[in-house]
Amino acid sequence: MAADALTIALVYPELLGTYGDRGNLLALVHRGRARDLPVRVLEVAPGDPVPGEADLYLLGGGEDSSLLLAWELLREQPVLTSALENGTPCLAVCAGFQLLSEQFAGPDGSVRAGMGLLDVRCGRLAGERAVGEVVADAVGLPIGRLSGYENHQGDAALGADATPLGRVTAGTGNGHDSHEGAVQHGVVATYLHGPVLARNPALADHLLSATTGATLEPLEHAAVERLRHERFAAATAAR
Amino acid sequence: MSGAGRLGLWGGARFTSAVQTSSDRPRSARLNAATYAARAVSALSRATGRGGGGVIGGRVLLALAPDAARTLAAGRYVALVSGTNGKSTTTAMLTAALRTLGPADTNADGANTPPGITTALAHGDAGRVVLETDEGWLPWVVERTRPQAALLLNLTRDQLTRNPEVASVSNKWRAALDDVPLAVANCDDPDVVWPAMAAARQVWVAMGQRWTADSVLCPRCGGRCDRDGVRWSCAACGLTRPDPDWWLDGEELVAPDHRVKLSLTLPGEANLANAALAIAAASDAGADTAEAARAIGEIRQVAGRYASYDVDGKRVRLLLAKNPAGWLEATRMVSETPSPIVHRPIILGFNSEGVDGRDPSWLYDVTFDALRGRDIVVYGKRGTDMTVRLEIDGFTGVEQFPSLEGALRALPDGPVDVVANYSAFQDARRWIGRGR
Repeated sequence: MAADALTIALVYPELLGTYGDRGNLLALVHRGRARDLPVRVLEVAPGDPVPGEADLYLLGGGEDSSLLLAWELLREQPVLTSALENGTPCLAVCAGFQLLSEQFAGPDGSVRAGMGLLDVRCGRLAGERAVGEVVADAVGLPIGRLSGYENHQGDAALGADATPLGRVTAGTGNGHDSHEGAVQHGVVATYLHGPVLARNPALADHLLSATTGATLEPLEHAAVERLRHERFAAATAAR
Repeated sequence: MSGAGRLGLWGGARFTSAVQTSSDRPRSARLNAATYAARAVSALSRATGRGGGGVIGGRVLLALAPDAARTLAAGRYVALVSGTNGKSTTTAMLTAALRTLGPADTNADGANTPPGITTALAHGDAGRVVLETDEGWLPWVVERTRPQAALLLNLTRDQLTRNPEVASVSNKWRAALDDVPLAVANCDDPDVVWPAMAAARQVWVAMGQRWTADSVLCPRCGGRCDRDGVRWSCAACGLTRPDPDWWLDGEELVAPDHRVKLSLTLPGEANLANAALAIAAASDAGADTAEAARAIGEIRQVAGRYASYDVDGKRVRLLLAKNPAGWLEATRMVSETPSPIVHRPIILGFNSEGVDGRDPSWLYDVTFDALRGRDIVVYGKRGTDMTVRLEIDGFTGVEQFPSLEGALRALPDGPVDVVANYSAFQDARRWIGRGR
């Protein structure tokens, strides 16, 4: 086990964290510490520089106005772009997913250039806002079935360089080709809240492994397994 | 006094003579018939065990006489109480305070949308009416009841799967409050201050704001709201915290030339702040602050909230928490009062019915740190979400049961706190009320 602490940067939680995405950090810390991995957390406040030395970056979801402010601030943070281009792992949820894409649609529908780290174009879903339980079979990563809750108007069309995170069996996801999310470089991007790492410990472990380069001991969490069972059943019943 | 004319009519000592009772006021035959029909339907609803009957009766009334609220409010002193958290309690407090002046009607059943509000107006004769008002319906209620005062508590996120963003509610309030003579408002919440400034006159009360995650952005311009202690201001447009006219000094409510002791039966700092808002409004309406404080101090429960019940050897205290800011306050409240007793177990009830919001992801936006060290038992249809939330945050030994009954049975006799979200709270009240 590495003696150095694993450093996780939570980027702009005040702006990108409306839907409980802080829980992704808690899930990583919980599963890391259970394996005796020392974890250090850096919370990056809006306006503060994003540190370049983090081992893992977390970007959460946000409402339209906070998404735009986060975007204004992140444009001036080349450190994050180069870290992610170099393959540093990152989880980007909902608004965070859109920010890392080639382009995304603002609240008025106008198209804006994103950070361009993902070969993905985000616009607006043709139909109503996607709200509800989601089930997807992971395809980009060996992590089984994904459970989450979506609440978004944005869509996501994947280009050739991005791989979908999953294939939707219940819910909307990206709104194209039954895809959910995207994987490229070390970035895992998704529309799933829940929080996604609390509901999908295999994805949390994937990020921890990608960060440390180590294979992790299996870790059973009975309440989480019960939660997954309940949510899969609810998603099937609702659709 | 600013704003002569209409305001003066409602001010202080002259108030009583200006009040009409409903028997003095002419009502149309249509409205009388509609009111009669609504009462009959309400009674039927109660008799068949379908609830208080106010909402269904109000629907009948609105269907038969769509303008009923406007007609029934005319000529009366109307005060609205709105915000995300504290509405029911502050409504009860203002009603108690105004009753030191004379009769006052209210929607004490918490039915705070048009049917419930119309019912409350139809069922009473009092010259003063205090209406708990759903924050989304505030524009509708303002337009019809022409209130003399709007009491504005706070605006924070609540059920984002079905409610608009906070800034959008704040701006709807702004447009609605344009014609209101007086806003009695929390100066610590930017989302409240911006709309309150639209009223003709303001009384600012420093209620504090522990939950600041929804006022990071300025409601006026979308710029960043910077906070420095209690002060806040928008770097972009300059919207700034107004100086309070009333503030709390421990358990005393203070104004520049005034000081009154609050001796609440209800627990917690949040209720001291609610009382401050109610007394500031009552004082403006002519009530004596000491008498108002005494009346408020006698409130023991609000629609079951804060009430204690003896249940099979347990002394159960019930609290309601509906959204992130509410859970933050409730978990602190049960840790502060009666005293921080770590060995008093706590039961958390959590559902996700329609009224609760279907997506409980926000449980992770709330810190549950106030509960560390206590025995925690969870119940409810989404109890597993709560259990996972706590375990991922390092809580151990959390037990979970499908129902409150099971949760209570797992605990030793003695005092226990129950904090539950809306439908889990109502389930608990019903179960406890069933012959216990």
